[in-house]
This record gives sequence, structure tokens and C-alpha cells, in this order.
Amino acid sequence: MTTASLPILSILTFLPMAGVLLILLFVRTAADSKGAEKAAQQIALWTSLITFAVSLLVLHDFDAANTGFQMMERFVWMPAYNIAYIKGIDGISIWFVLISTFLTPICVLSAIGGVHKRVKEFMIALLVLESMMIGVFTSLDFVLFYLFFEGILIPMFLIIGIWGGEKRTYAAYKFFLYTFLGSVLMLIAIFAMAVHVGTTDMTAMMGDKFPKDMALLLWLAFFASFAVKVPMWPFHTWLPYAHVEAPTAGSVILAAVLLKMGGYGFIRISIQMLPQASHYFAPLVMVLSIIAIIYASLVALVQTDMKKLIAYSSVAHMGFVTLGLFSFNQQGIDGAMIVMISHAFVSGALFLCVGVVYDRLHTRDIARYGGMANNMPRYALVFMIFMLGSVGLPGTSGFVGEFLSLQGAYLANSWYAFVGAIGVILGAAYMLRLYRRLFYGALDKDDVKAMPDLKLREYAMFVPLVALVMWMGVHPASFRDVFAPTASKILIDFQKETSGVHHG
Amino acid sequence: MDNLYSTMIVMPELLLSISGFLLLIIGLLDRTNVMRVVTMLTIGAFIVSAVVLFVPQRLAPFLGGQFPVPAFGHMFIDDAIARFVKLLLLVAAGLSLLLSGRYLEHEKIARPEYPVLILFATLGMMLMVSASDLLALYVGLELQSLALYVLAAFRRDHVRSSEAGLKYFVLGALSSGIILYGVSLIYGTVGATDFNTIGLTLGHLSGDKIGAIIGLIFVVAAMAFKVSAVPFHMWTPDVYEGAPTSVTAFFASAPKIASLIALTRLLYLPFGSLSHQWSFIIVVLAVASMLLGSFAGLAQSSMKRLLAYSSIANVGFALAGLATVGPDGVQAMLIYLAIYFINTLGVFGVLMLLRRKGVEAEKMTDLAGLGKSSPFLALVMMLLMFSLAGVPPLAGFFGKYLIFIAVVKAGMVPLAVVGVLSSVVSAFYYLRVIKIMYFDENTDALDVPSIDNLAMTGLVAIVVLVVGFTFWPSPIIDAAHRAIAGSLFIHG
Repeated sequence: MTTASLPILSILTFLPMAGVLLILLFVRTAADSKGAEKAAQQIALWTSLITFAVSLLVLHDFDAANTGFQMMERFVWMPAYNIAYIKGIDGISIWFVLISTFLTPICVLSAIGGVHKRVKEFMIALLVLESMMIGVFTSLDFVLFYLFFEGILIPMFLIIGIWGGEKRTYAAYKFFLYTFLGSVLMLIAIFAMAVHVGTTDMTAMMGDKFPKDMALLLWLAFFASFAVKVPMWPFHTWLPYAHVEAPTAGSVILAAVLLKMGGYGFIRISIQMLPQASHYFAPLVMVLSIIAIIYASLVALVQTDMKKLIAYSSVAHMGFVTLGLFSFNQQGIDGAMIVMISHAFVSGALFLCVGVVYDRLHTRDIARYGGMANNMPRYALVFMIFMLGSVGLPGTSGFVGEFLSLQGAYLANSWYAFVGAIGVILGAAYMLRLYRRLFYGALDKDDVKAMPDLKLREYAMFVPLVALVMWMGVHPASFRDVFAPTASKILIDFQKETSGVHHG
Repeated sequence: MDNLYSTMIVMPELLLSISGFLLLIIGLLDRTNVMRVVTMLTIGAFIVSAVVLFVPQRLAPFLGGQFPVPAFGHMFIDDAIARFVKLLLLVAAGLSLLLSGRYLEHEKIARPEYPVLILFATLGMMLMVSASDLLALYVGLELQSLALYVLAAFRRDHVRSSEAGLKYFVLGALSSGIILYGVSLIYGTVGATDFNTIGLTLGHLSGDKIGAIIGLIFVVAAMAFKVSAVPFHMWTPDVYEGAPTSVTAFFASAPKIASLIALTRLLYLPFGSLSHQWSFIIVVLAVASMLLGSFAGLAQSSMKRLLAYSSIANVGFALAGLATVGPDGVQAMLIYLAIYFINTLGVFGVLMLLRRKGVEAEKMTDLAGLGKSSPFLALVMMLLMFSLAGVPPLAGFFGKYLIFIAVVKAGMVPLAVVGVLSSVVSAFYYLRVIKIMYFDENTDALDVPSIDNLAMTGLVAIVVLVVGFTFWPSPIIDAAHRAIAGSLFIHG
């Protein structure tokens, strides 16, 4: 235990902020000189790499057999209101932390090639974003949690609005106001819970602490926030715009981490704190999930914009997550976790892949490409691996997760699994179609023909992702072993709380 | 002995008024830098007065007296809440002077009367905050109002400024009349004007209290005018727009705090037994202000009008804390006001530095491209806008959080729902400012802002407070807590 004596989670959370300070102090913006931009990029890259290293240290010291919260930190913050600074992780949240720290350096790498204006500010926004993401997943006080949960809107709003595409203003507004509206309803629920329990300590709220009528209302308020974040049909309409307009790095973070905040919230708050209400509303979530899977897949089939297609595929995949979570059995929760981890890698990687050709040709229109398998074979290979991962081919990470969550859904109600499985087929259809139109066919467009294959920087982005997607497909246990004990404990607690409902 | 106590307790006010008269004389000196000297001396007087605020309480044990005592036969009260709020007022007045030096020079209204008027307005507000008699309250209110009427019309060769001054004066005089009418009704029913006697009499009065209630409604309406709560807000956008920006900055901060606290004292101390009657009025004012301030702000194109509506919405949030009828709500309101005035002064501070070809930049679209042309000011403005919108981790979020948790605790969940939803609506216009600064390209560049040292100090201090509150909230929270605990009129 090397980290036992250190407030390692706080260090991890605020390490990216140290990078921000370095950039602010040592990189002058006097002129938009190349030197200053390079320095900012280097600082951001190294900061995020060091943060990743520290997060690996956290994983190393993490005791998977311990199903409670670990590496707890507790400091006085606002004693007058019983609000404390509490941090800690368990087997669930550690994965989201690792996803955040793992993807940020990759995003920095992608931004080095893709962002050419206000480079310094972009790096700052990215590091602030990383800090907030780690903060969300490690906070165990509601006010602290909300602080990071909402604070993320600031850098993301700016990333979409300043560095985004044509309709960036509309997309940034829609993103901000949609999620803000969802979150303030959650805030009211937090008020009510804090008044009821007398503290904002999240660990004190676990179990079934609230009267039934109140719990149902609380659940709905949280649902408003998380359903927007996930996003579930019909609250998903901000997502395609935000994804399409955001710069590549923004899309990656959005798909890989921000959507997971919804899934994390469902586990940590809806299931752990409001089990009876979750049980009560489960059919609603299940139905919305399968509608999301089918509807988003059908919409994805007709997209002409690459990013929009991947955005809708995200909605469909997150449908599997909620489907698994609200089946309330081991397979379902395991499946949901694996889909979330896998989706982080795969959809992040797919957005990076789009970024590769977008940086070269500056269009996301599928029809503008074609035949790239001929002149960019390595790119085609990389894209194929992620495409198959998204489809859920056995041997990739996507398969394990979808299989488990469908199995979980089957145990809950075979009809959900039946309709969900149709979504898998549709998923294969739109992804293969995308791949065919991009990479096969005649290579008849001159500008497409002139595009060079992957560069060294791009290899550095994709190699770790390819390795992880394959590794997770072949040996999911190395991921599952860390979260499974915690997940099964959450499930046991849940069943204990809701068993009265079954029999009574 | 009584007189000694009384004099000691009003020492800060006494000091301010004496220095005000002295500064008027100094201002007559025919020197080139007289304005600067008077400004610095005024700020100095504020600082000295702020220090002196806490002297009587420290000396009390040695004099064998017990503080807080009402001075001058229950006219004037010096309790913890008064001291806390006076400190806020002095900081607000000082900061507004710090931020507006360069602006006044540019607008050619840098005359030594300006800081002196600010000083007298502040003095009036301090009297209001400490008033424990309806007539003392009225005198304080009039002192601050008269100074503010002149300040609104300070750019006297300017049509809009004169119009603002006149409008403010006419409506202000009307509201003063309404207060006096209300006071006379209360006096007619109870037979006293000092808060303690009114409170005691109303508590025991078995007969008809309708006269006092109607009188209270009149007084509340007039105070609602002063804090620009809906539906008494009509003057706000016009006056904010017409008055010189430095004056608007002052309008949006100190007088609101003073009037809200005077209103709080009035409602809790003499009319505490009627809380069932007035709490509903305050809820209505709060809801109307939050909604109108949020929705009407959406349609604005002038920064100053936008900020006028923003201040209306913010008063609504503060009133929501007041409506809870309990120490938690008032404590949250104190913290909220402390955060709000810092925020709003910062916004005006940035605005005062922006000019195009020598002319003040007032339109929202004037800010286009500020993110590139002046990164520091844009960053300050962005942080303040997010804070006003109530987005964590900035201070504004905590202000709203504490207000609404008090509201929920008091069982008024619908009020909290209206509050947070209207804060989403108002987020739209705060975001618009950020969008204009960062997302839009500038077509017609602003002048390179020349930030003087004083304004720079002020802005940096404001940013440190707005960002730093998250990391170290206890000083302000504890101070507000002590203020409530040591107040004479709020009992938990």
C-alpha cells in the first residue's frame, strides 16, 4: 500500500489543474506563436499522462475484494451546513476514473492535430474537463458531486461553442440548457434528501432511507437528470447536435465519459439510494431502453453524416446499459458495466477515426468518401476493428457486454431481450453499411485519393485502444474481476430492500 | 452614560458624516488631481469606518455595558447582523469607487462630488440597516435616496441620464409617500413608531389589527420599490440604462442589500407576530421577480438593461430566503447577497472598461470577440456570468444552493422548483454574453482597454472571491451565522 498515507483521490482530481496552472503561468499568449502552442500541448500531454499513471497506481492499490468505498478522504468544508469534502471509490467508480484518465491523453494527441486556433485555451479546457470528470466519479458528498457534475458543463460548453463546427452555437446552447434543466431537478431532489437525512454525505443515504411517496418523486427528479445525460429516448435530442458540432476531442470525451455519468448516476443514486422506487419504475426504464435501441438504430441507418451516425449508435448502446442495469440481476449489471467500458473505448475510437479523415478533408459527409481501403489500408484496418467492436462481434469488447446485458434482460422478461436482440442486428446493419460506403467502392475522388495513411501521432492514439478492445473481448474477466464483487454486493443490498415488495 | 453609549455606537456613521463634510470642502480646492485625492480619502473613510464598526462591541466589557443596546431611545440598534451588513455596504461602496475611476474620467464626470455623494448614500444605508424605529428608517432611506437621485442624473448634460434621474426621483418620491402613509396607519393602530413597542403591542393586541396590516402592506410595497421587486420594478431598466454605468454598478449592489435588510428587520421584529400575513406577500414578490427577471431578460440587447433584469431576478432569489420566516432563510439571504453584490460589481467593473472609439460600449453585441481582443477581461466576465447563472463550482451556485435548501427545509418545495427553473431560463441570457464574447467574431473592434491599477486590484479581488469561495467558504458562512446568532430579532 504505497498510497495509503496520501489523499490519492484528491491528488488525482486536481493534478490536471496543476497542468492548467503551469500553462497559465508559463505560456504567454502575447503572440499566437507556434512555440507557445507547442509548449501548451506538451504540458497538457505530460500532465494527462502523469494523471493516467497516478490512476494506474490507484488501480494497483485497489482491493477488489473490498466491496465498500476505499481510499476514503474526509475534510471539513462547510460544517455549518453539514457539507463535507468526501471522496472515495469502489469497484464501479474506479473504471470511470480510469476511462477518463486513459482517454484524456489520447484526446490531447488528437487535438494536437485537429485544433489550430486558440490552442492554449483548448488545452486548458481539456484539462479542466478531466479534473471535473475524475471529480464526479470520486465524490461521495452530494454537493461535491453536483459541483463536478454541473461544472463539466462549463468546459464542454466552451469546447463545443468555440472550437465546434458550423452550427456550434445552437449545439452548445442545446447541450447546456438541456443538461442544466435536468440537473436542477436533481438539485431539488438533493435538497429534499439533504433535509430529510440531515447531511449531504452520500454514503449515509444508501439503502432505503426515504418514505415511498417521497422516494418516487426523488427518483423521477434524478431520472430527469440521468436520462438526459445517458441519453435515453426521448431525451436524446441534444446529443446528435453536440456530437456533430463538437471538435473530435470533445466528441470523444462526450461519448466516452459524459454519457457514462448518467449510467454511473443510475447505479450510485437510483439503485443504491432509491431501490424501491427503482424497482417500481423499472418497466418504464426497460421500455424506454428498448425503444431507444430500436429507434436510434433505425435513425442511424439513414444518416449521411458520419458523426451523427455514431452519435445515434451511442444512444442505442446506452440503451443496452439501462436495459441491463434495470434487470436487477448479476448478468444485467455486469453486462451494463462492460457495455459502458467497451462503449467508452469503441465510440471514443470511432470519433477519433472520423477525426482522422475530417482533419484531412474537412467534411463528415459519408458520400464524399469511398474506396479508402485502397489508399489507406492501415486506417481501414483500425476502423474495421472498432466497427466490429461496435457491432459486437465475438472476440471484441462489444460482444461480451451486449451478450450479458441481453441475458440479464432475458431473465427479467424475455420480450425485452427479444426486441433488444433485433437492435443488435440493426447495429450490425448500419455499421457495416457505413464501413462499406467509406472504404469500399471505387476510389474515384481525387482529394480522397490524395489522403495519406495514418501518421505516427495517430498510431499513438489508436494502438492502445485497439489493444484494449481486443483484450476486453478475449479476456473480459480482467475487467469484470474488479467490479464484480462490488456489483454483486450492490445487487444483494438491492434485493434485500425490495424483497418486501415481491412478497408483500 | 446613556449618551456616551449612544455616541459610541454610532461612531462609524458619525465618522462617515464628518469626513463627508470635510471632503466637500477639500473638493472645492482648485487642484488638478483633487478628484483622485477625494476618492482615495473616501475609500479611506470607508476603511476606517469598517474598522470602527467592531470597536464598541470589543470595548463593551470594559465599560460594564452590554451590547448590543438600542441607542438614542430605541431609535438605533447595533447588533451583529447590522455590523455584518454594514461591512458589506462599505465594501460595496469602496469597490464601486475603485472600479469606476477611469470610467468617470472618460465620461468627463470625474467631479469630487461623486465620491462624496456615494459616501452620503452609504451613510443613509447604514442608518437604514440599524434603524429600529419607523421614523429612523425613513430618515435613513431618504438620505440614501436623495444622494442616489443626484447620482442617477450625474451626467447632467446627457438626456438619458437626466431622464433617469427624474424618473427615479418622481417614483422614489411616490414610494416615500407610500411609506409615510403606511407608517401613519401603523402609528394610528399601535400608537408607537419604535419597533419594540410595535412588536409588543401587536403581540398583545386582541382587537382589530387591520390598520397595522394595511400599513405594513404599504411599507412593504414601498420597500419592494426600493429593491425593485416585481411588480414595483418598472423604473429599474430605464434608470439602470440611463444612469452612468458606475452609478448603475452602485445601484445594483449596496442599496438593494440595505433595503432588503431593513425590510427583514421590519418584518421580523415589529411584525413577527403577523408572519402568516406577510410571508405570502413575500412569496408572491419572490416568484414574480424570479420569473419576470428571467424571462424579460431574454429579450434585451443592452447590457445594462440585461443586468437590470438580472438584478430583479436576483432580488427574487433573495426574497425567497426571506419568505421562509426563519433564521436559516435569512442566513442564506445574507450569504446570497454577499456573493451577489461581488458578482454584479465585477460585471459592471468589466463593462466600464470597454469602449469603442472613446464611446462606452453598451450593447451586448459590442462584446463580440472580446475573448480574443482582451482575454483577461473576457475571462473575468465569463466566470462572473457562470457564477450569476448559478453554475458550480463558482460562488453563485452556493448562494442559490443555500437559499433553496432553506426554502425546501421550510416546506416550500414549489417555491424552490420555480426558483431553480427560472434560474435555468436566466442561464440562457448569461450564456448569451459568453457566446458573444467567445463564439462570435468581432467585426468592429473595441478600443484596447486601459485598465488602471485600482480597477485591476478590484477585479482581481472579485475573481479571487468568486472562485475562492468554493475552496474556503467558511469565513463568509461563519460570519453570516454569527450575524444571525447575534441579531436581536431572529429567534431560531
